Amino acid sequence: MLTKKVKNRILFLSFIFLLSIASFFFIIKSLNKNILYFSSPSEIKKREDIPIGKVMRVGGMVKKGSIIVNQKNIQFIVTDFENEILISYSGTVPNLFAEGKGVVAEGRLRDKNFFVADRILAKHDENYMPPEIKEIIEKNVK
Amino acid sequence: MLSNIGISLVVLVLILSFLIIYTASVDLKISGQNIKRKIYKLSLYQITFTILSFFTLIIGFINSDFSLINVYENSHTTKPLFYKIAGTWGNHEGSLLLWVNILVIFSYLFLVFNYTHDKKFRLYTLIFQNILILGFLIFLLINSNPFNSIYPIPVEGLGLNPILQDPALAIHPPLLYVGFVGCSIYFSAAMASLLSGYDGKLFARSIKTWVKISWCFQTLGIIVGSIWAYYELGWGGFWFWDPVENASLLPWFAITALMHSLLVLEKRNTLYFWVIILCLSTFILSVTGTFLVRSGILNSVHTFASDPSRGIYILFFLSLMILSSLTIFFFKYKKENYNFTLKSRETFILVNNWFMVFFLVTVLIGMLYPIFLDVLTNVKISVGPPFFNIVIIPLVVPFMVLMAIGPKFGWVKSKDKIFYKVLFLILGAIVINLFIIYFFGTYSLLSNLIFIAAIFLILHSFLDIKKFIKNKRNTELARIISHLGFGLLVFFIGINHQFSLEEDFNLKVGEIKKTHNYKINFNNIKIKENKNYKAVIGNFKLTNLNNNLVQYLNPEIRIYSNPETLTYEAAIKTKITSDLYLTMSNVSRSDYYNIKFQNKPFMVWIWISALMIALGGFIQLSFKKNEN
Repeated sequence: MLTKKVKNRILFLSFIFLLSIASFFFIIKSLNKNILYFSSPSEIKKREDIPIGKVMRVGGMVKKGSIIVNQKNIQFIVTDFENEILISYSGTVPNLFAEGKGVVAEGRLRDKNFFVADRILAKHDENYMPPEIKEIIEKNVK
Repeated sequence: MLSNIGISLVVLVLILSFLIIYTASVDLKISGQNIKRKIYKLSLYQITFTILSFFTLIIGFINSDFSLINVYENSHTTKPLFYKIAGTWGNHEGSLLLWVNILVIFSYLFLVFNYTHDKKFRLYTLIFQNILILGFLIFLLINSNPFNSIYPIPVEGLGLNPILQDPALAIHPPLLYVGFVGCSIYFSAAMASLLSGYDGKLFARSIKTWVKISWCFQTLGIIVGSIWAYYELGWGGFWFWDPVENASLLPWFAITALMHSLLVLEKRNTLYFWVIILCLSTFILSVTGTFLVRSGILNSVHTFASDPSRGIYILFFLSLMILSSLTIFFFKYKKENYNFTLKSRETFILVNNWFMVFFLVTVLIGMLYPIFLDVLTNVKISVGPPFFNIVIIPLVVPFMVLMAIGPKFGWVKSKDKIFYKVLFLILGAIVINLFIIYFFGTYSLLSNLIFIAAIFLILHSFLDIKKFIKNKRNTELARIISHLGFGLLVFFIGINHQFSLEEDFNLKVGEIKKTHNYKINFNNIKIKENKNYKAVIGNFKLTNLNNNLVQYLNPEIRIYSNPETLTYEAAIKTKITSDLYLTMSNVSRSDYYNIKFQNKPFMVWIWISALMIALGGFIQLSFKKNEN
């Protein structure tokens, strides 16, 4: 027979164990719900299973001469020198947003050619380039 | 010239560190309670030369001595003097020198002020601290030397990133560094304690003050960084779950847990090994954060021009630290008996620690998961703020309730009956919450719970203050203020989050926009030439349609020439009840300006309550001195 003290201890330990497993699953589950995938315009064109209407990130270079500003929003084309995608955004852009510079937009795809952004990510250094974009450009421009 | 002086000083410090390690290990074998005078002397030389080397670099920046690469890359003659000085630690190399400075300063202070403690323990601490100093000095010399010279000497420097030219950001790094690098001393002390067997209450007493100091500075440093992000980055938020912010939060969770469990060790002489684990992990997490940010593995708003070779060295050093500390830990680990009763203060402190560990693990997973996925599957993802909000915010509710109740219990076993009081206060909190809903509007169930828990904690703290005024026990005051600060912080963040207005639109000069109950006139723009930048200043007239109050806001677009950068300066009108926040930007010189308009209630109170948390720590520090 187990004594009361040992029983209590086993109860306590299994409680802690279950609690930590539960919280771990809780963390992983919400993690999977809240990850943002990063895609280049080419990936969006090529991949069949790209989710339309789910929050994601698109990155590339802002095409020269493509920025149009009107009363409601800003539209511009992002290119990875192979494919391009039209992005529409309403809101203030970060200070290093310019034609011919790298950009990362966060938002939803309407279809494979049109992306509505909720956020343009700020980068604070004129020489800095997000590693994702650097890779794309190194791949496509040789 | 400066280059030679600087390098010689750094090498001198390096040699002194070796000497200190050597003489300390010789002194270890000598019995008695007094450390040799020679070690004091060597340490005094070490701290003097280290500080001198830092001043040498500052002089280089003040005089714009471009023979130093570091000055050339990060400074410019037209920069205001204040930012020339701040530029010293606004870059990787300079900040590493600051890092070494703090290591040395803490090493010296610990040696001098802890004279009442065991000799062996102090010597081991000194040895480990000097091993850390050596590690970072070697890194500084071979990879990130701020005194490297350049020839031919350039006429003009490249300038400091304008976004860093800001008073809050000038003091932010030194504060954080005292906080993070200050952890090194109880990392060393923990190792020393394991080796010398100087444990329990006495060990707790020896590191208490140092833990408090670094906790205060960490807290303050994080707050200042957050304030800077609020007014400088132009998004109007103050916390973005950016990797860099997460990196600063990890050691903070660990040190907060440590600060609480240290009380248990001091009062009850138990939890010793848990305290040791926290001591070790706090500094390890600080270095990990630095490693991830500086090596460019995590990209974020902090863009130190990153360099993989840096990463490799820090990674090597980090693994050495973790490995050696774990080895010593498991070698010395003994089973401890815990005798906790449910209704005692130490149980609640342990619960606090569980929460802290949970928060820590959550943030760590959110931060590292993208890295693992990238390495393993080459899929690029980022973890969005909703993840952290979903996992952490619901747990803040029970956390705050326990935070209010915990200190009510005494040590060992408490007989206090607090049930009715708690019930009464919860009812009070629910009533106040109903008032808020009645006056401002409804919100979700979770928000309701958060408000109720926060108000509960606030009410509890007010009762504690009443009690404090009656019996004046100083040690309680610090705790009350910090806990009250936390309650208020959550409360005001909640209000701010629920009732903020935000609107983005594009306007031409002269146009008018009506949004919510505000009318915004874009009157005109002016151009002003300043010393190192040109400013385009917008003039906006805001009319509150509810009470016809008129206000003028002047956001700026600044065009810096060295380096050529644009920055947007938000116009912020702060009042006790709310902040008006307006930023203006312009894309490719079109006639339209992007305007972001926000009305954020009780913004100032968020800062005040966050500062209260830090203030609690400082109060405790000052009392401690008086008692001794």
